Amino acid sequence: MFAYVIKRIGLGIIVLILAISTLYILVQAAPGDPASAMLGPRATPAIKEAFRERLGLDQPLPVQIVKYLWSVAQGDLGTDLKSKQPVWDTLAIHLPRTLELLAAAILIAAGLGIPLGCMAAVHRNSAFDRIVGALSVSIIAVPAVVIAIYGMLIFSAGLGWLPAIGAGEDGGILSLLHHLILPAIAVGIGWVGYLARLVRASMIEVLSADYIRNARAFGLREGRITYRYALRIAVAPTVTVLGIGVGIMLGSAVFAEIVFARPGIGKLMYDAVILRNYPVTLGAVLAATLILVVSTTLSDIVNALINPRFKEARE
Amino acid sequence: MSQVAAETSAPVVRSANGMRRLLRDPMGAIGLTFVVLLILSAVFAAWLAPYDPTAINVPAKLQPPSWDHWLGTDQLGRDVLSRALFGGQIALGVALVSTCAALGIGAILGMAAGFGPRWLDNGIVLVFDTVRAYPVIILALAVGPIFGAGIVTIIGILVATSVPYYGRIVRTSIISAAKSEYVEALLAMGMSRTRIVVRHILPNIIGPILILASMDIPTFIAAEAGLSFLGVGVKPPTSSWGLLLDDGYKFIRQSSWLVIAGSAPLILATLGFTFLGEALRDTFDPKLRRRI
Repeated sequence: MFAYVIKRIGLGIIVLILAISTLYILVQAAPGDPASAMLGPRATPAIKEAFRERLGLDQPLPVQIVKYLWSVAQGDLGTDLKSKQPVWDTLAIHLPRTLELLAAAILIAAGLGIPLGCMAAVHRNSAFDRIVGALSVSIIAVPAVVIAIYGMLIFSAGLGWLPAIGAGEDGGILSLLHHLILPAIAVGIGWVGYLARLVRASMIEVLSADYIRNARAFGLREGRITYRYALRIAVAPTVTVLGIGVGIMLGSAVFAEIVFARPGIGKLMYDAVILRNYPVTLGAVLAATLILVVSTTLSDIVNALINPRFKEARE
Repeated sequence: MSQVAAETSAPVVRSANGMRRLLRDPMGAIGLTFVVLLILSAVFAAWLAPYDPTAINVPAKLQPPSWDHWLGTDQLGRDVLSRALFGGQIALGVALVSTCAALGIGAILGMAAGFGPRWLDNGIVLVFDTVRAYPVIILALAVGPIFGAGIVTIIGILVATSVPYYGRIVRTSIISAAKSEYVEALLAMGMSRTRIVVRHILPNIIGPILILASMDIPTFIAAEAGLSFLGVGVKPPTSSWGLLLDDGYKFIRQSSWLVIAGSAPLILATLGFTFLGEALRDTFDPKLRRRI
C-alpha cells in the first residue's frame, strides 16, 4: 500500500510538471508577441526588448520552461501587472474564497445526496425513489451558471433574502455564510442529484451482498444494517467521484463567482483575462490545476485505503 | 467495462423494437420530443425566425413577451425568439462537431494505447492524465483569449479536453477485449493487430461508447453557452444561448423576462438531451448504468 501511495504521489507530481510546462508552451506559442500583449500597444521596441530579457523570453524554450518551473517551485509566480505585488499575494487573497465555496458545495452535495440516495435505495421503486430519480436527472442537466442566475433572480433581486454581491469578507462569520449560500447551491446542487444516484446504485448492490443477508439472519435491526454496515461501504465511490468532480466544480465556481461578484480565483481570472494581466491568469490556472491534481491524487489514495481492489483496477 | 458487456452490447439502433421501448419510457419520450423539436428549430431557424436576429430596434427594447415578440426583446430591441432559434444552430453545431471529433481522436489514441506497444501506452496515458489535470472552464478562460474568442477556439478546447475521456474508455475496452479468445485466435491466424482492432474489436465496443458520447452532448451545449457567457466563445452580434444568458444577467434588475426567455432554450436543450441519453442507455445498454 505504501508503495502505491508513493507511486500515486509521484505520478501526481509528474502530471503537474507536464501540465505547467504545456501551459507555458501554449501561452508562448500563441499568435502575437507576449511582450506586446503584456505591455500594451504603447510600449517602444526598446522597452519590449528589456521586458523580454527580464522575463528570459530571449532564451531557448526548454531553458525558459525549466526556469519557469524552478521559480514556480519556489513560489515565485511573477508580478501582478495591476497591483504590482507578487502574484502569489493576489492569489492568497482570492484562493480561500474559492476553497470555501468548494467546501460548502461538497458539503451540500454530500449532505443531501448521500441520505437521499440511501433512502431511495432502501425504499426502492417507491414513489419517493422515483421522485428522487427524476429530480436527480433534471438537476444534473441544468448548468451551474443558470442555477446561479436563477438563484440571484429569485432570492436576491426578487425576494431580497440573500445577498447578490460579494463574499461578505468584511462582516463576521455569519456574513460569510450568508454570502456563501447561493453560490454554494449553484456549484453543489447538481452534485446532489449525481451523488444520490451514485449512492442509490451502490447501496442496492451492497444491500444484496451476502454479509448483509447474514446480518439480517443474525437478527440485527434493519436501521443498524443499513446505516452502520451497508452505507459505510456504499459511500466509497462518492470519494472518487468528488475527487474528479472538483475539476467540474472549479468550472462551476467560476460562473458562481462571476454572477455573484465573489472575489475568488474564478473572478480574479475573469478580470485578469479582460485586463490582459497574464501573470495573474497563469497563476490562477496553476492554482486551480494544483487543487485538481491534489484532489484526484488524494481521492485515489483514500479509495485505495478503503478498498484495496480499487488499486488493482486502476493499474 | 467488462468484456461481457462489450460483447453482448448489440449495435445501437438495432430495430424498431428498441425505439418502441425508448418511447414507452416517459423520460425517453420527453427527451426525444425536446431533441427533435430543437434540431428542427435549429435547422429551419432561417424560416421560423420572425425577425432578423441581429436587427436592432432600440425603441422596442426590453419588452416582455407579446404577440409581436413571443419571447420579448433584449436591451437593443432584438427579438429574443429569433436569437434563440439561431443560437440553437451554434449550440447544436458545436456540440455535434466536438462530440464527433473528440470521439474520433479519442478512439484512435485509445486503440493505439490499448493494442500498441507498452511504451506507446504509457506515453498516451501520461498525455491523457496531463490534459485531465486542467479544470476545463478555467483552462478555456485562460487559453481562449490567446487564440482569439470564437467557435473554432471553443471546439478546439472542448475536443482537446474530452479526448482523454473517450481515449481512456476505448483503451480499457480494447485491453479487456484483447484478452478474449477470439482475438487470440485471430492473432494465431496471423492477422495484423491493426486489422483485428479496426475490423473485429471496434465494432464490439462502439455501441456503449456511442451511448456515453450521446450523454455528453448536453455537457458540450452547456460548455458552449458558459464560455460564450464568459466572453471566450461566440462574439456578438452572432447569436448564442450563452450570450442570451449574459444579456439577461446584465439586465436582471430591469427585466426578469430577458433572463427567463434567454435561459429557456438552454434549459430545454440540456434537459432534453440528458433525458434522451439516459433513456437510450437504459434501453440499449442497461449495464452502463453502473458507470452513472
